[in-house]
Amino acid sequence: MHKETHWKHGGIVGVFGYGGGVIGRYSDAPEQFPTIAHFHTLRVNQPASKFYTSRFLRKLCDMWDHRGSGVTNFHGSTGDMILIGTSTDNLEPTFYDLSHQFDMDLGGSGSNLRTPACCMGKARCEYSCLDTQAICYDLTMTYQDELHRPAFPYKFKFKISGCPNDCVAAIARSCTSIIGTWRDNIRIDQKAVQAYIGGEIAPNAGAFSDRDWGTFDIQKEVIDLCPSGCMYMDGNELKIDDRECVRCMHCINVMPNALRPGVDCGATILNGAKAPILEGAQMSTLIIPFIKMEYPYEEFKDFVDLMWDWWMEEGKNRERLGELIQRQGLSHYIVDILGREPIPQHVREPRSNPYPFWKEEEVPGGWKRDLADFRARHLA
Amino acid sequence: MAADIEELKKKILDFMAKKSKFKPKMYFKDLCKADENAKLREIKKAASALVQEEKVEYWSSGSTTLYSLKGASAKETATFHEEEKE
Ligand code: HEM
Ligand code: HEM
Ligand code: SF4
Ligand code: SF4
Repeated sequence: MHKETHWKHGGIVGVFGYGGGVIGRYSDAPEQFPTIAHFHTLRVNQPASKFYTSRFLRKLCDMWDHRGSGVTNFHGSTGDMILIGTSTDNLEPTFYDLSHQFDMDLGGSGSNLRTPACCMGKARCEYSCLDTQAICYDLTMTYQDELHRPAFPYKFKFKISGCPNDCVAAIARSCTSIIGTWRDNIRIDQKAVQAYIGGEIAPNAGAFSDRDWGTFDIQKEVIDLCPSGCMYMDGNELKIDDRECVRCMHCINVMPNALRPGVDCGATILNGAKAPILEGAQMSTLIIPFIKMEYPYEEFKDFVDLMWDWWMEEGKNRERLGELIQRQGLSHYIVDILGREPIPQHVREPRSNPYPFWKEEEVPGGWKRDLADFRARHLA
Repeated sequence: MAADIEELKKKILDFMAKKSKFKPKMYFKDLCKADENAKLREIKKAASALVQEEKVEYWSSGSTTLYSLKGASAKETATFHEEEKE
């Protein structure tokens, strides 16, 4: 056994006119294993929030048994439905079936916009501050050219979560995380608060009930765990100092019948998450604390134009947006590229670097100095 | 300044023919050197048109996409090694 792989990665496989959506995989021992000489994968753009009818899925499986290996992956990390294993001559027929019989399109792969993904949002979740599906669909349709014809330095991902619980893990996995939030106050139903305290409503919507945790203690389980310490009981009333609330969702998750997000909703935009390959895993960093996300999302798309123009121009080959921000500096990106005011929330660790927004021309002598000259005046 | 697309297509093909001799597969960023004055989006439009005309083709590893003249990268023996394949 030599323990070497016989799979070859990559190739000129695709459907006509598309630069993404098909991932070529070949065996380098086709004579020995003729049935898997080719084993290409198709990424198929999933419907927003991944809602299907069973009839659709059965039909898709029949098609894939016929055109490919019958092996699927629901869903890949990007979000797409993954059809694993077919040969080059089956690619166009599969694409024809997908587009004509299923009304589906290929997703993204390679140096392009990857299939945008969203949580189930308002369709099933009462926490949602955004119509995540509408946003996901609109971005997918608006940026078709970016999705199918790769001309980016590397991959690019949009992910949309309806609230800070962030069920699609946008903050960990996307170059542009769109996360629902509110800027008014958490809605409180004091009667329901009392019902939780009195044990009439199960906390956490009944989760963790496989063990007896004792009676619900609002002080211990909610108020003391609020990360900004902004909740307190005033007699029988639960009070929240909303100016201090960081939208962590903890109190709402524990007492969903009593607490709900506000009504003046929009999104927080973060940039730059990526998986470990180069400098290690990185989460998205805050860029826009609040933006209204209403059709046709013009303010958001203006921001996207500035972001992409910069990354396409300055990004090195195979450099993600998050890496470019790191290389050229967050302050440069926020101030010079996006033209936004720096705010305290942009600074992750003010105490380890209190001066992130100084520019070279504002500092006498700039960033460079002559060490010999300095040492002439200061002992080492 | 909107460059004439036909002119841009020709510049890209000429550039690719020259570069192809020692490196058949190139990044989009390389294509941009075909005309330093053209906007990136114009180069993309011209390159996409060349793909439609079957003069240029995409090569993809799954994570990264490269451009080559039609047929050029098939002749090349595997020279695209990367630390990350997907
Ligand atoms: C030691 C061998 C391999 C390693 C370490 C490896 C590793 C990976 C990793 C880390 C991913 C990304 C997963 C994700 O983000 O969803 C991936 C995706 C993928 N791999 Fe592999 N892989 C290997 C072999 C193969 C083979 C043998 C094939 C096909 C014959 C293959 C086809 C794919 C495809 C098509 C994807 C994309 C799937 C998707 O879009 O979710 N890989 N691989
Ligand atoms: C331009 C001059 C100075 C700058 C920019 C500066 C900056 C700082 C910064 C950023 C801290 C950390 C604060 C914190 O995280 O709590 C600090 C702490 C401190 N500095 Fe300075 N400093 C300066 C001059 C001085 C001088 C001249 C002294 C003493 C003669 C001094 C003594 C200290 C001490 C003792 C601390 C620790 C205080 C604490 O943590 O409680 N600093 N300084
Ligand atoms: S991210 Fe928020 S809105 Fe979306 S499904 Fe999860 S909890 Fe609901
Ligand atoms: S959402 Fe989080 S920060 Fe805001 S009040 Fe509730 S527990 Fe505190």
